[in-house]
Amino acid sequence: MTPYWNDFAAFLAMGGYGPYVWPSLGLTALILLLEPLLLARRRRQLLHQLRRRQRIDAAQQPHPLAEATAP
Amino acid sequence: MDIRQHPRLFHYASPATFYPLAGRLVPSLGGLALLLCLLGLWIGLVIAPGDAQQGEGYRIIFVHVPASWMSMLAYLAMAFWCAIGLIFNTRLSFMMAHALAPTGALFALLSLVTGALWGKPMWGTWWVWDARLTSELILLFLYLGYLALQGAVEDPHRADRACALLALVGAFNVPVIYFSVRWWSTLHQGASVSLSQAPAMASLMLWGMALTALGFWAYTAAVALARVRLLILERERRSDWVQRLLNEEATA
Repeated sequence: MTPYWNDFAAFLAMGGYGPYVWPSLGLTALILLLEPLLLARRRRQLLHQLRRRQRIDAAQQPHPLAEATAP
Repeated sequence: MDIRQHPRLFHYASPATFYPLAGRLVPSLGGLALLLCLLGLWIGLVIAPGDAQQGEGYRIIFVHVPASWMSMLAYLAMAFWCAIGLIFNTRLSFMMAHALAPTGALFALLSLVTGALWGKPMWGTWWVWDARLTSELILLFLYLGYLALQGAVEDPHRADRACALLALVGAFNVPVIYFSVRWWSTLHQGASVSLSQAPAMASLMLWGMALTALGFWAYTAAVALARVRLLILERERRSDWVQRLLNEEATA
């Protein structure tokens, strides 16, 4: 399990294929990090929106217990 | 088959019971995905030796092949859930299919882009219209068509069925992609891993690819489950259990 590369510069150069190897990896990493982040944002927005809707609905109709305690 | 006769089999087919289960699975699958991808890429990029023919340029394989496999596998999973949804009329099955589509499309796109970045130095061109590349491009278009159809049909019930039909008709394309390098003479190289013969790769390379591929599986599962939770919340927002859930999470 020893590294194949002699030094870090050789690793970055990828035998001259660096300009092809690194963008492949970079784009993959970018997309696979971005997708979960966008999903998490959508979840926050959706929960916010659903709670607001719930508050509006609750304000429009009286609470079911309110009627029961009324004289 | 009637759902009511098999209550245990369909226990998790109810969105209300599936929602918390999916929520518990997402973090562990996500963590597993990260671990497997890092390990696979470490082996593939740092430990594995160079290739005799392609030098270090071959290392694109460690994202290209797992992404391509994932794009096909996610499509098959999507078509499977569509079939289940059409047969058993289970709402959640269609939602699972919808949740897989965007991630599958992303993997198809990654497969094409990393393939172009590999093709340029090895073949001298970003793109050729050979059977493998063309059928993978068709896969991306099938995903995009599915997503467009889902957005275009207003009534969710009708959208589910229209999308399911498209997904099932398009499923014929997956074996075409897989076997294209055997059926036609392609510029694209043959299969890297075959079930019928010993792999033509050094075992370290194989390990790197296999671990990254497993990492992509875990990633897709995690993201699809996270997305299906959003779809459940959107579709079931008027139900009592979602209303209770909103209250509980607000106070927690």
